[in-house]
Amino acid sequence: MTDRPLKQIHLAAHFPGVNNTTVWTDPASGSQIDFASFRHLAETAERGRFDFFFLAEGLRLREVKGRIHDLDVVGRPESITVLNALAAVTTRLGLAATVNATFNEPYELARRFASLDHLSDGRAAWNVVTSSDAFTGENFRRGGYLDRADRYTRAAEFVQLVREFWDAADGGTVRHRGPQFDVEGTLSLPRPPQGHPVVIQAGDSDEGREFAAATADVIFSRHHTLTAGQAFHADVKRRLAAYGRKPDELKIMPGVTYVLGDTQEEAVERAAEIRRAQVSPATTIGYLEQVWGVDLSGHDPDGPLPTVDPVPDSGIVKGRTTLGDPLEIAAKWRAVAEEKKLTSRELVIEVTGRQSFIGTPEAVADRIDTYVQSDAADGFILVPHLTPGGLDDFVDRVVPLLQERGVFRTEYTGTTLRDHLGLPVPGRP
Amino acid sequence: MPRQLHLSAAVDSPGHVDAGHFTALARLAERATLDFVTLDDSYAPEPRRLDALATFSRLAPVTRGLGLVPTVTTTHTEPFHTSISVNTLDWVSGGRAGWLVGVSDTEAEAKAFGRKGTAPADELWAEAADAAEVAARLWDSWEDDAEIRDTATGRFIDRDKLHYIDFEGTHFSVRGPSITPRPPQGRPVVVVAVAAADLAPDAAAGGRARVTTAARYADVVLLDAPDRATRLTAATELRLRAGESLRILARIPVALADEAATAALIGELAEGGGGVDGFHLVPADPARDLAAVADRVVPALRDLGLFRTSYGGPTLRDHLGLARPASRYALAATLSSTPAAQVPAQAPVQIPAAGNDAAAPAAAPAEVTR
Repeated sequence: MTDRPLKQIHLAAHFPGVNNTTVWTDPASGSQIDFASFRHLAETAERGRFDFFFLAEGLRLREVKGRIHDLDVVGRPESITVLNALAAVTTRLGLAATVNATFNEPYELARRFASLDHLSDGRAAWNVVTSSDAFTGENFRRGGYLDRADRYTRAAEFVQLVREFWDAADGGTVRHRGPQFDVEGTLSLPRPPQGHPVVIQAGDSDEGREFAAATADVIFSRHHTLTAGQAFHADVKRRLAAYGRKPDELKIMPGVTYVLGDTQEEAVERAAEIRRAQVSPATTIGYLEQVWGVDLSGHDPDGPLPTVDPVPDSGIVKGRTTLGDPLEIAAKWRAVAEEKKLTSRELVIEVTGRQSFIGTPEAVADRIDTYVQSDAADGFILVPHLTPGGLDDFVDRVVPLLQERGVFRTEYTGTTLRDHLGLPVPGRP
Repeated sequence: MPRQLHLSAAVDSPGHVDAGHFTALARLAERATLDFVTLDDSYAPEPRRLDALATFSRLAPVTRGLGLVPTVTTTHTEPFHTSISVNTLDWVSGGRAGWLVGVSDTEAEAKAFGRKGTAPADELWAEAADAAEVAARLWDSWEDDAEIRDTATGRFIDRDKLHYIDFEGTHFSVRGPSITPRPPQGRPVVVVAVAAADLAPDAAAGGRARVTTAARYADVVLLDAPDRATRLTAATELRLRAGESLRILARIPVALADEAATAALIGELAEGGGGVDGFHLVPADPARDLAAVADRVVPALRDLGLFRTSYGGPTLRDHLGLARPASRYALAATLSSTPAAQVPAQAPVQIPAAGNDAAAPAAAPAEVTR
């Protein structure tokens, strides 16, 4: 560490839900669809002076063995619509929606995000994701035609075109002819208050990093250790120069969970309970089937991993992000299970966890600060395990400690999300 | 007590892009206890305006009773997105959402998307009908009690109460089910604007297709008619085709610049009639005219016992006196579970040919709680 000034931490909150992160069996678990739940989480995040509130996306319900998966929280609203409503009950909080570039059109999304930016006075953000998933495509005109390799090609041109519309807003006509899009249109809105709503990119792949370095303002990553975070941070920031960008023009914000306790032991115990609630015996089998590609309903989740070999591309699980090559994953999982003497369920708990800060409020504040000051991250996107109260204790107990350290704002100093993130308003070309 | 009027208004304000302007208009409309407000939309380069559904979502938390009916066009937008967006407006407003169905018929709009060319109006309205069909099926695709949170079995939902919609149309197909649970109103209120000329024997193909879409899918028709006699003929024809549960509101321009104009409007509204259930006011100057409606017109109608003094229920369907429809899939499941109907549980669901939403509650008097 040098004697440079303390880095200011960026914090965002993810609306939990629509997967097994949310512990719906907890008596404190409320509705995942009532507006009151969204409002509570957003108001809590704003009370904690967070940079933004973040919604995920999923455009088709997952299936296991040809039937809709029924174990996890499921049922979510359309993100941009909810965020417009949240703009009415918050005044500073950034509002970020994950929206697929594959099953939308640039003109329409440019207009929808410009509208959100106007209606929130400059607080809109778009988390760009892509899909090559024909399963999801069955709900859309475009279907699932897109090759995996073309995903970032389309996404890059899509984002570029959306930015052209934002730049030409207020009556200017965009004429764009590219490999993916051939359009001519006029956005009949003033330029968005932020110039361009903030663009977020999720994902750690090489193409994803390059895409983020070229065009994103925030990258939503996932790293388990300080050193892995530092390596990712260095790699992504290094890539920016090639695009004429400065290192602080892209904020790296990994998604993390957290569990607080009055003592370290209590926090660790609570974290273990939460993980067991998230990964039930039935959920364990679901994860194994996702990798093995065969029916494992007879498998004992409290015994060892299946001895049979995985069947690649069986399609037994649909609508879920592919984990990779099943044979490789199974080999890796078996090695971990053997080394640590884990049952199937313990193994799934071990390998599906994301980075988590577990401890007393002081310890959690300290670790978050350490990660940021040592350039393993610029901040974090917190993923609470409860809706809607999952952020309350963090805001009440950890945020004040970060503020005392002088590494997190006590009041918003600007009005727009770009202000919070320290990002300039892009000039018109 | 005389029959209650249904009153609604447009809040179109070309050039305005700030939430404060629309909030002020919505508060006037709500003070007048109007059934709902509408906001037009299109992808045409003029006039300058915000996305209508976004604007009304922004208004939902700052209003309590007002129905919110944005235009959402069907020509270039994905029907799946339309369904979940209108559904979400219903969630964030606590059951006050509607959908004014529109089409995009200009070359400029087609080029802005670059996906397909323009098409004749009858084709656009046939596509709009398909979009309405898909939206309704997706709203129904989660039965009201699909979320079970059964800790004993670890199941959050009962997947047998979620349904594939398997829509196959000329322009698109959608598999379903929705990702968004059934909206508070069961189905948000579907609104279609129709001109009396569309019902005439010599109507153009586009007008006829628009009427067909309205007759099959609309809960409310906004009717343009040049005079009272034409209005009566058109309303009669619409009821013949769509059934008695259709609400028909005559669309009338208003410009309440002085007391004389205000008095004339009070007279016209009090007289009512022409076979319609009420009126959709289209103000020349929304801020001025809605203030006059709230301060002068509605109080006068209330004094005459013609208009409500407060909202009777929380939802737009309540204001309009429309029943909450049961999910068609829940209905099908009920039928298939009775021994008399030898329908296998896995059989494709038969969608009633007449898409008249109000027919469903009569067949299945399920006052569904959520």
